[in-house]
Amino acid sequence: MTFLLLIYEFFKTGLFAVGGGMATVPFLKEIARAYPWFTENELLDMIAVSESTPGPIGVNMATYSGFRAGGLLGALCSTLALVAPSIMIILIVSRMMRQFQENRLVQHAFYCLRPASAGLIVGAMASIYHETLFHPGAASLYEWLNLPALMLFALFLAGVIKFKKLHPIVFIALGAACGIVFQL
Amino acid sequence: MQTLWQLYSSFFRVGILTFGGGYAMLPMLTREIVERHAWATEDDIMDYYVIAQCTPGVIAVNTATFIGARVAGNLGGLVATLGVISPSYLIICAIAAFLRQFSHLAVVQHAFSGISIAVCAMVLHAAWKLIAKSVVDKVTLAVLIVTAALTILFGISPVLIVVAATCVGILAKRGEKEK
Repeated sequence: MTFLLLIYEFFKTGLFAVGGGMATVPFLKEIARAYPWFTENELLDMIAVSESTPGPIGVNMATYSGFRAGGLLGALCSTLALVAPSIMIILIVSRMMRQFQENRLVQHAFYCLRPASAGLIVGAMASIYHETLFHPGAASLYEWLNLPALMLFALFLAGVIKFKKLHPIVFIALGAACGIVFQL
Repeated sequence: MQTLWQLYSSFFRVGILTFGGGYAMLPMLTREIVERHAWATEDDIMDYYVIAQCTPGVIAVNTATFIGARVAGNLGGLVATLGVISPSYLIICAIAAFLRQFSHLAVVQHAFSGISIAVCAMVLHAAWKLIAKSVVDKVTLAVLIVTAALTILFGISPVLIVVAATCVGILAKRGEKEK
């Protein structure tokens, strides 16, 4: 049953996630809520591992989710289900490439699909940010702020913006080091 | 048969040498597809890549299917895709199994708490780049805000939002034309 659910969920993700790997995050969050396979917080670990290992992020995250849900076979189901819609759609599109590129309907759809995709990622991350950088359910404003985490976040954000060329794995390694040193 | 094997191994190399997907894979693709095998020109690759961005799914996978299909038909598309996802499968399964063994250790938990914060910063940066590219006028700004608000406040399924955004895009542009 787990395997069928994995195929269903990741086929859906592959079909509706528009705009590359990060666009699958909102769908993964839905999966985290609906099934006991992994939690929303583990999603961050999955993003970290997927960014710092070879391969497309979207594929890596799907494989990871599938493995958490059902081991090697689960990973196979989720990975193949994720790419199945791509294969079908691209095989059709590649036969009529010019028409597709110049199709007004497609261009119009993407005019709003792109900002929606960005909005979905922001929306999906909001509660994850809340849990990582704040203390949800704290009594006072002061207790609500997770100051060490927020300060570290500001530093990392400045680093990511300033050193665009640096590989993500550098920031992830620094994050791990800070976490161990400061006992986060 | 030999072409299929070459497709598989070429895309296996692209998969294993690409970190992060998206633009990161273009240099590797050019080396394998244009320089090593001359299956397509650099301009072709850019065309495929643009279309891969405008179709659902992971961009790297779409590009692989596209090039595979151009080189050796439907079977070629399938083989190229399997090639690009094979390294992910092997590497991620190994790491996931490894982490499962050690995830209860305090040091690993501390490390991942720190990593989470770094990832938050990286995802915010990625989302910002996406916003800067996609928000071009009032309508797209409204779509961004409404989408984020609906997700945060009501937890509406992303599937519904993607379908709705498609319709809004088509309707908004049609209205513009009629004016």
